[in-house]
Amino acid sequence: MIDSRYKHIFLFPALLVLVAIIIFPLIYTVRLSFSGWDINRPGLDSVGWSNYARAFVDGGFWNSMGTLYQMVFFCVLFEYTLGFGLALLLWKQVKAGRFFRLLFIIPMCVTPVVMAVVWKTIFHETLGPLNDILSWFGISGVPWLSEATPAFISIILVDVWQWTSLMFILLLAGLMSLPKEPYEAAQIDGAGPIRTFVHVTFPLMAPITIGALVIRLIESSKLMETIYAMTSAGPGSATETTSYLLYIRSLREFQIGYTASLSIIYLVIMIIALALFAKLLSRALIGRSEART
Amino acid sequence: MYTKLVMAAGALGVAGLMAVGGPQSASAETDYIAKYGIKADAPGMCSFSSIDAKDYSGHELTILTHAVPVMGEPAALHSKQFEELTGGKVNVVHAPFGELYQKVMIPFQTGQHVYDIVYGGSYWIGDWAPHLAPVPQKYLDLPEMKDVTPAYQGVASWNGQRLQYTVDGDRNYFKYIRPPFEDAGNQAKFKAEYGRDLEVPTTWEEYAEVATFFNGWDWDGDGELEYGSTEIVQRDNIAFSNFITRVASYAKNPNVTGGFWFDLDTMTPQVNNPGFVKGLEMWMAALKYMPPGGINFGIGEEIFSWGGGQSLMSVTWDDAFIQAMQEDSPIRNKILVGTKYGPSMGSKKVWNRVANTWDEFETPSVAPYVAWGWGAGVSKYSKEQEMAFDWFCFFSNYANTNHDLLIGRFGVNPFRTSHMDPAYWEKEAGWNTDVAVSYTNMLKGMATNTNRVFDLRVPGVNQYYTAMMASVSKAMAGEMSAQAALDEVAAEWIRITERIGVDVVREAYKNVVALEDNVSLSAVK
Repeated sequence: MIDSRYKHIFLFPALLVLVAIIIFPLIYTVRLSFSGWDINRPGLDSVGWSNYARAFVDGGFWNSMGTLYQMVFFCVLFEYTLGFGLALLLWKQVKAGRFFRLLFIIPMCVTPVVMAVVWKTIFHETLGPLNDILSWFGISGVPWLSEATPAFISIILVDVWQWTSLMFILLLAGLMSLPKEPYEAAQIDGAGPIRTFVHVTFPLMAPITIGALVIRLIESSKLMETIYAMTSAGPGSATETTSYLLYIRSLREFQIGYTASLSIIYLVIMIIALALFAKLLSRALIGRSEART
Repeated sequence: MYTKLVMAAGALGVAGLMAVGGPQSASAETDYIAKYGIKADAPGMCSFSSIDAKDYSGHELTILTHAVPVMGEPAALHSKQFEELTGGKVNVVHAPFGELYQKVMIPFQTGQHVYDIVYGGSYWIGDWAPHLAPVPQKYLDLPEMKDVTPAYQGVASWNGQRLQYTVDGDRNYFKYIRPPFEDAGNQAKFKAEYGRDLEVPTTWEEYAEVATFFNGWDWDGDGELEYGSTEIVQRDNIAFSNFITRVASYAKNPNVTGGFWFDLDTMTPQVNNPGFVKGLEMWMAALKYMPPGGINFGIGEEIFSWGGGQSLMSVTWDDAFIQAMQEDSPIRNKILVGTKYGPSMGSKKVWNRVANTWDEFETPSVAPYVAWGWGAGVSKYSKEQEMAFDWFCFFSNYANTNHDLLIGRFGVNPFRTSHMDPAYWEKEAGWNTDVAVSYTNMLKGMATNTNRVFDLRVPGVNQYYTAMMASVSKAMAGEMSAQAALDEVAAEWIRITERIGVDVVREAYKNVVALEDNVSLSAVK
């Protein structure tokens, strides 16, 4: 039997990397959040809990959190629905399946800020092609980026366009790994495609669904480049998400200490929200007993 | 007298440029002309031949500048030339405008040497000042440097020291497409509608009428709809400059000294006084005569829209005008700038923050905004300061500047007295005489006006401006009234000032007040 001390030695490099990449920046951010590092006061002094006290009355921060949650909800909902639909279409052998798989993952491979600039041009009210196309159907002058609700929808559209691909890949991989036996049993029982989906495919996909949703929720909550390039959080504050606000507060305004406290609050809220979401989703999709295990 | 001397020195410089094959070594100069595409190698310490005589082999400079093309392209071009001439190595790092500040400030704050030369908004000088090396006297004594207008010498200075090497001058001013104003049909229709002659506007109220009249119909017969005005409105996309231009007319009072942004005595923000509120209300109303989507226009869209002939008028930087005067522009030589009273719109009523009343003027009071301009300096942590200053000296020598001024996308705009000579623009850029005269009159108007507005330029200026534009954007989007938005700004500015330190901001703000009030720093109490 190998001495158990050896396994700790082998674990050490990975542990070191983990500390360097994750733990140290996190601890440093916590330390920063208690400092007053600002444009004219660089350094790790101590201001106690004042940054946190200020954060709790910072209306802009909480508004941005509200905008973010709404945006993320719609983004992930549409991405999941569309991604699942596309995955189901390409799950079985279809003509030119490989081509479509490749086609569907292209948006994900493009740099978000580049696509945001392209979409900004597409949404341009007078010079962009979208309003031209819509005018063929009698719809004219949609203020895509200049009014609050259309701007909010535009950001969601771009995110859905870009990241449905990821949902598609994850769910297609899940579908392809499903066992064949339940389907054979369903076929013998005479179940049609809808019943098979509802009672076989969807329940079997539940763990993958939860994983895919959580991954996209985490990623969507960082929504920033698209907003930066398309609307600069406007019009007004209609598309200001927390990531955008943190970027402005930290790297434009150089309120490093204060932004660190906002980041920590944001991180704690996100961890709690995602844990709760995953738990509730597990209960809903997999069942109370299985979720507990 | 001083102005005349500077004009004479500048004229000599320009004359030197235009006199191809002048008094210098003919063969050497001809080589530089052929090799580098310049008109002439104006003699002096920064000329191609003088820089060629230097040997920086084994030395290396790292320059942080803006993305190509604006400032990034000329920086890259002249760095390559500098390398060839001196044997030194020059690394040029490009960054989008939104990233320049952080890329400069992080090494500055941590005292690290990363960049020898940094570029950014000149209004960041309050944050940069502790980290920049003063420009040595021998460069300040250069004819090229003495030719820089007093306003831009002031913009480059902090607490009496020249910290930024002037490579650019910027300003916000009024520009318009001329033919629609001269069209008899338009004149008749306008008179019928407004009961007065169609003239180039001189106040924001007249501007609104003219813009409304020309809004939403095809006044140039190209089959497309045209609009009244294009401005930069998009939040966090340097829209603060358009806001400043708008409010300056109502809030910068020539009879009041001691602070436009703050009352220097009490450090009370003035951003919510009735002058600012009136300016913002007028800007909110202006959305009605901008092209669809105008609220989301950044500088790129503004240049594209006005420069493409989509709107009649605009009030922004030189960049849009110079781009519109490029040879491929549809409105080249059809545009003019400024009004009969100054570079931008004025107002017959201006808020007097001391008397708490509106002062009335017989002719519009104009308050032109010297809209920052690119600022650049040498890091005091640099180990290659001599090479860095030589690089600047070369970058902005007469030959290079006069080459760069003509290329709209370069973003190098007039900053010397000699740039105000209309003959230069006619001969070198091929502009019509009336356009060249109009443009240089605007430049002179900007240089001689004593009621100018400058950027806030204090430590934490980005905090002040971001807070300002976050609330202004809400007002522009209809989320709140102008007064409520600016009250929100004032409250936030008080908090920012308290965080940074009232005395720190006051001391810094004296530099701005000196520029606003046209006095020396020591005269600001």
